[in-house]
Amino acid sequence: MNINLTIIGQILAFIAFVAFCMRYVWPPILAAMEERQQKIADGLAAADRASHDLELAQKEAVDRLVEAKKEAASIVESANKRAATVVDEAKVAAVAEADRVKELAIAEVEREKAQAKEQLLTQVSTLAIAGAEKVLAAEIDADKHAVLLQQLVKEQ
Amino acid sequence: MAAAGQEQTVSEYIVHHLTNLTYGKLPEGFERYDGETVAAGGQWAFAHGADEISAMGFNAIHVDSLAWSIGLGVIFCALFRWVAVRTSADTPSGLINFVEMIVEFIDTQVKDTFHGNNKLIAPLSLTIFVWVFLMNLMDLIPVDVVPELMLLAGVEYQKIVPSTDPNITMGMAIGVFVLMLFYSIKVKGFGFVRELTMNPFNHWAFIPVNLFMEVVGLLAKPFSLGLRLFGNMYAGEMIFILIAALFSAGFIWLLPAALLQVGWAIFHILVITLQAFIFMVLTIVYLSMAHEDH
Repeated sequence: MNINLTIIGQILAFIAFVAFCMRYVWPPILAAMEERQQKIADGLAAADRASHDLELAQKEAVDRLVEAKKEAASIVESANKRAATVVDEAKVAAVAEADRVKELAIAEVEREKAQAKEQLLTQVSTLAIAGAEKVLAAEIDADKHAVLLQQLVKEQ
Repeated sequence: MAAAGQEQTVSEYIVHHLTNLTYGKLPEGFERYDGETVAAGGQWAFAHGADEISAMGFNAIHVDSLAWSIGLGVIFCALFRWVAVRTSADTPSGLINFVEMIVEFIDTQVKDTFHGNNKLIAPLSLTIFVWVFLMNLMDLIPVDVVPELMLLAGVEYQKIVPSTDPNITMGMAIGVFVLMLFYSIKVKGFGFVRELTMNPFNHWAFIPVNLFMEVVGLLAKPFSLGLRLFGNMYAGEMIFILIAALFSAGFIWLLPAALLQVGWAIFHILVITLQAFIFMVLTIVYLSMAHEDH
């Protein structure tokens, strides 16, 4: 248990090791650890931000969905309305067309009726004249009476 | 047991285990163990026996203590440098994790105790903690293994626990003491002188009393630091040696000695860590006090 030169040697070794540690060991290890700490903190913050963003996005998605549904409903409603009007319009047009056709048909019928009447009148007159001619053939001058009958027809 | 040729008594065994491998300068005219007389101007040689060691006085080196101490310091530096090169902000693993755990532990201790801004304190604490721990750890190697191997290799003495050598512990304590003085003067300037002379009695008439008390208090710090570690480790080593001596006491003592050996070794795991921790914490505390201006 003598104190001797060993103590000097130990002091020198102590200084050397502390200097080495201070220069080459402590700073890089601590720097790496601090960098990692920063990285982890950043990562956690990013995760927080991401979950917040996700929440916002979900909320927005729900909003959009509601809006889209509303829009779809309004579109369907207006389509229904439009369909109803189209049907109504078509109905009105059809009725009008039917009326027109009917009127045309009636006019045609009227026209044909008038024509038939005229024809019938002509034929009846002719028949009457023929009958009368036969009845009166002997005594009645056909030419003379024909002129009279023609005049009658024209007066009609 | 170390049997150097002839039968050895227990006390010889213990003394042999407590003797350092010493290389020093023998004074002129000293008669060596083999009858030779040292020539004029002295002679540097490995000491053989306690007489030669005491004749060398201060001009001697404990080769074993210093070699183990520096060797362990180199292991510490190499290991931590290896990690420092490989560590990065990516996911750490294995040894890097372990080293970073130690570094973080030291960093926390320093930040808790030392509030100034000094880039030296933390690496100093790390060096002290790990180095002292490694030196203490040598205590857990069975006391006879290395000395016996060294004996086979022709080396007479070998003490493998550097912290059982007061030169080693006091060497570090003096290093810390010099730092304490340096920072006291650097931070406080003249305030350091006032602290030494005007405390605890703030009157000029008490200056000699104050100075005496403060200087004693100041000098007590490195001694308490170095001698605490030395005392604890020396006592622990002594008990290991005594237990080892018990193995030779007879067949009946084998089992008790083995149990004692295991028990004391397990207890010593706590002691060596605790002593390294105490040395480090006291270093931080002393340097922290050196930075505080009252």
